Amino acid sequence: MTKLEYHNVLYSIEEGIATITLNRPNVLNAVNNQMSEELQAALKRANEDTNVRVIVLTGAGRGFCAGEDLSELLEERKSGNVDLRKRLVWKYNPIVTQIWNSTKPTVCSINGVAAGAGASFALACDIKIASEKASFVMAFTRVGLVPDSGMSFLLPRLIGYTRAIEAIYLADTIDAKKAEALGLVNRVVPHEELESQTKELAKRLATGPTKAFALAKRALIFGLSHTLEETLEYESLTQGVAAKTQDHIEGVSAFIEKRKPNFTGR
Amino acid sequence: MEPKNIIVEKRGKVGIITLNRPAVKNALNTQLMQELVDALKNFEQDSDVNAVVITGSSQFFSSGADIREMAEKGVSETYLSGLSEYWQSVAHFKKPLIAAVNGYAYGGGLELVMACDIVVCSEDAKFAQPEIKLGIMPGAGGTQRLPRIVGKHRALEMILTGEPISAQEAYMLGLVNKVVPQDAVKDEALRIAELIAEKAPVAVRAAKEAVVKGLDMGVEEGLAFERSLFSLLFGTQDQKEGMKAFIEKRKPEFKGR
Repeated sequence: MTKLEYHNVLYSIEEGIATITLNRPNVLNAVNNQMSEELQAALKRANEDTNVRVIVLTGAGRGFCAGEDLSELLEERKSGNVDLRKRLVWKYNPIVTQIWNSTKPTVCSINGVAAGAGASFALACDIKIASEKASFVMAFTRVGLVPDSGMSFLLPRLIGYTRAIEAIYLADTIDAKKAEALGLVNRVVPHEELESQTKELAKRLATGPTKAFALAKRALIFGLSHTLEETLEYESLTQGVAAKTQDHIEGVSAFIEKRKPNFTGR
Repeated sequence: MEPKNIIVEKRGKVGIITLNRPAVKNALNTQLMQELVDALKNFEQDSDVNAVVITGSSQFFSSGADIREMAEKGVSETYLSGLSEYWQSVAHFKKPLIAAVNGYAYGGGLELVMACDIVVCSEDAKFAQPEIKLGIMPGAGGTQRLPRIVGKHRALEMILTGEPISAQEAYMLGLVNKVVPQDAVKDEALRIAELIAEKAPVAVRAAKEAVVKGLDMGVEEGLAFERSLFSLLFGTQDQKEGMKAFIEKRKPEFKGR
């Protein structure tokens, strides 16, 4: 899907910042099939567009994303068997890998509740900035299911096993304050400032050394599941690549000339 | 004649061949294979070149055979086409071949990778033998080399489903030597090639021959073959130089004789 007009997702680019807004506000941006397809297309577009240097993911209205659209799931169940495994493979997994493997910094601007797969999408982003009205619900076990969309991978890595398994077992609502204390989000801001603070942060990221950011992200992710020695080698390989970028030359020149660097992302 | 579908360069003692048909994701048509074989022949005769790196673009190594070229072919045309001889020439290349794989290596692309000796790939590399999806099967070594590298069961899964495997899976299967970040692939392949290229060329060639030919021999026969090649190296100047340098604690200067 490459069409520019989406219905369940809004897409805009401004000053190198691609903003993807989940847009089914009357159902707290629950993910129906159409939204999944559009979100995948939007992420693909943002990842491939060389003018995009940071991706912001947010939700329209009161919620960020309520996860699976259960009413659509029930409708589909009525008309036959629903294979949840297949459903995950096409509907959710590509979104999580597209966010996690993005070569650009990803910022989640969490404006309200993030539940189920919606929480996974938020956690897969690099930087999470939350409104004081935001909350997380790892709702999976509430309906007798298991964490999906990468939650089993992301949650223990972000907050540690002990707190992760508690969040999964109990599936209690985690408010913004608690989320900040747990380290689930980078910071909590007053609700009316969420947009402006997200923009300010995104602007900083969009004027940074985009390639170095991408390589640094890969190395950190690599380090999550490798030994020190393996990561040291990986770092040396990525450093070899970073050293060939224009932004590295610019950064060094700016340092010597005692001025602010003008990074172009090349 | 200047090749049109590949780029041929030399960097020090390493030859570099870059597959270059970006419009068709480096599909391997007859013309490209002819140019590849010619380039390899030249590198084989060039005593300044001790190792060769084969690479593609930053997005794809090769999407495989040129389907448009094959679609209308008949039995005898396919059977008699000179393509298999091209593939033989690649497989019989006597100097070390290092594949630097970014992105996709599908079908003939994977078969080309397997005709190489050492493989470095990017984290986003993908490998597949998807021929079955077109109603055919691998025809350039896939059914023979893949099981010898990854074992019968994994090879059959790939060949019968046509589904791709990731760089990480390929690494675990022993299909690739090393997975490195994108953009570092060519440099890492060159680093390995340079390490090899500074060694004694006769010894390198004999060692490659012992391994590649030995794979098709029984162990006893292979050991005898190894013994004769090993002994042969004691007739080279480089053996004398290598051992002398070791005793004198200095770097050897190999001459390729």
